[in-house]
Amino acid sequence: MSRVWAITLNTFREAIRNRILYAFLFFSLLFIAAATLLSHLTIGEYGKVVKDLGLASITIFGVLIAIFVGIGLVNREIERKTIYTIASKPISRPAIILGKYLGLVLVLVLLLCLMGVAYVITLSVNTVPIDAGIFLALFMALLELMLITAFSVMYSTFAGPTVATFLSLSTFVIGHLTVDIQTMGAEAEDSTMQTLSAVAYWVLPNLEAFNVRTEVVYNAPIPLEFVAFSAGYGLLYSAIVVGIAAIIFHYRDF
Amino acid sequence: MNAEQPASAISIKGLRKVFVTGVLRRKYVALDSLDLEVPKGIIFGYVGHNGAGKTTSIKMLMGLITPTAGKAEVLGRPIKHMEALARIGFLPEHPYFHDYLTGREFLDFYARLFDIPAAERARRIDRLIGEVRLERAVDAQLRTYSKGMLQRIGVAQALINDPQLVILDEPMSGLDPAGRRLIRNLIIRMRDEGRTVFFSSHILSDVEMICDRIGILVRGKLAYTGGVNELLEQHTERVEVRVEQLPESFAAEQDGLLVDAVQHGTQWLLKVNADRSQQLLLQRLTEAGAEVIAVNPVRPSLEELFMREMSGDSAAPPPQEGEASP
Repeated sequence: MSRVWAITLNTFREAIRNRILYAFLFFSLLFIAAATLLSHLTIGEYGKVVKDLGLASITIFGVLIAIFVGIGLVNREIERKTIYTIASKPISRPAIILGKYLGLVLVLVLLLCLMGVAYVITLSVNTVPIDAGIFLALFMALLELMLITAFSVMYSTFAGPTVATFLSLSTFVIGHLTVDIQTMGAEAEDSTMQTLSAVAYWVLPNLEAFNVRTEVVYNAPIPLEFVAFSAGYGLLYSAIVVGIAAIIFHYRDF
Repeated sequence: MNAEQPASAISIKGLRKVFVTGVLRRKYVALDSLDLEVPKGIIFGYVGHNGAGKTTSIKMLMGLITPTAGKAEVLGRPIKHMEALARIGFLPEHPYFHDYLTGREFLDFYARLFDIPAAERARRIDRLIGEVRLERAVDAQLRTYSKGMLQRIGVAQALINDPQLVILDEPMSGLDPAGRRLIRNLIIRMRDEGRTVFFSSHILSDVEMICDRIGILVRGKLAYTGGVNELLEQHTERVEVRVEQLPESFAAEQDGLLVDAVQHGTQWLLKVNADRSQQLLLQRLTEAGAEVIAVNPVRPSLEELFMREMSGDSAAPPPQEGEASP
């Protein structure tokens, strides 16, 4: 396990010494704060707009960082051949992938903390009350980003950076449409369509499972079972995708 | 110590690698049925042109690519075996390292991959930094290092686990003479410490200077393996004889015996083939009353031999650059 930790630590170190991360972070903080300005352009409940736009910015920038940094860190290792000196050490390939993934999760936790602080400050400035729902939304965002990162890592084990980025972004978009696909499929008259949409719903990630923005913004109750299900779903799905990444990585030539 | 220690550090049998490239699935044989034994405790030079299959075979030994056929054992274990990898030091071709790390962080990272305890890590890093003379750069990021410095920190990385076998892929390429000399001395020291060193190189003068045994790879096949001296002696074709008090007409009277004859002041330098002509010449010189000062066999350099080996193989298609290590 100490070998996995070595990879985790090194991945984390590489990410926080990468200037791209700071560029993304700067813009994400700017957007969170800019919610203040935008909310003044709207009529009425501008506190809710600040809350909503802030959470949306956190998710969007979180996803972009997860994809670009995640792919960069795995792909660069292979393309710049630094993997030669790592994969030839007494550490298994799956352990390398696990270490990389955990390092990226650490980066995500750090980012969400920073963005969360900026969000809370923005809300306070706009005299929006801070409630537990906000922290739950951040936790759900972390679960979503962990799943997206797992996909980015998996795509990076067999595709170049451009293809991996495209696949990751597509996964993010489709992931938010799986519920719609299921709904449309269920309403279809053709039984083949019904089956196909059901399969798609179960195979593709359902990223709406982590979306509690509406509830948080309108202070609606969020059932504990929903949170528990989403957490279990997110962690299990991420583990499966990281597992597939580990298998691909195990068999590939460098 | 284990009573069943293997005699060879590396034992390769029928190792073959075929790369399939492009949409047309074109096959390229990078290594064709390689058999090679590298005894323990020596410096082994692995020689061949670009694309001969050197890096491919090293990558297979290190478990980076999977052989198409054949097998190999490293330190008595099959390739990719964790116990063997723990006792091997490896420096890949061209130093590609994490340039955001400082020299110390870099070595610490690799030491952690070997699960070396913290106190021991610090001790080894200090010692190795001294050995590769990077004391002043140890806390600078690798992005500020010169090519020679990267190669040196790379060698330090290969020694962090106190390995029994050190595999270096082109450790001297791109280095200036002082850098090459430092690496050469480090390699010799590794052998003197009881390690086996296996390194590939284009720079044949370096190989000739420090290797105990060599393997010459030509287009994916092993063309020669054995001692460097034996190889060069086998190919000694000429002998130079330096003489004084030689009658002026002597050289002209030897009708075809001499390959070359040059006069330097009172001395003559006579060249003959290293066969019976050598004995005949010495006999005639004695008869002529000349004083023989020196008899030197002229050994070809490894480079000359290598070039001859290559041109002798000219019937085969030329090597395809860049395809050997995709």
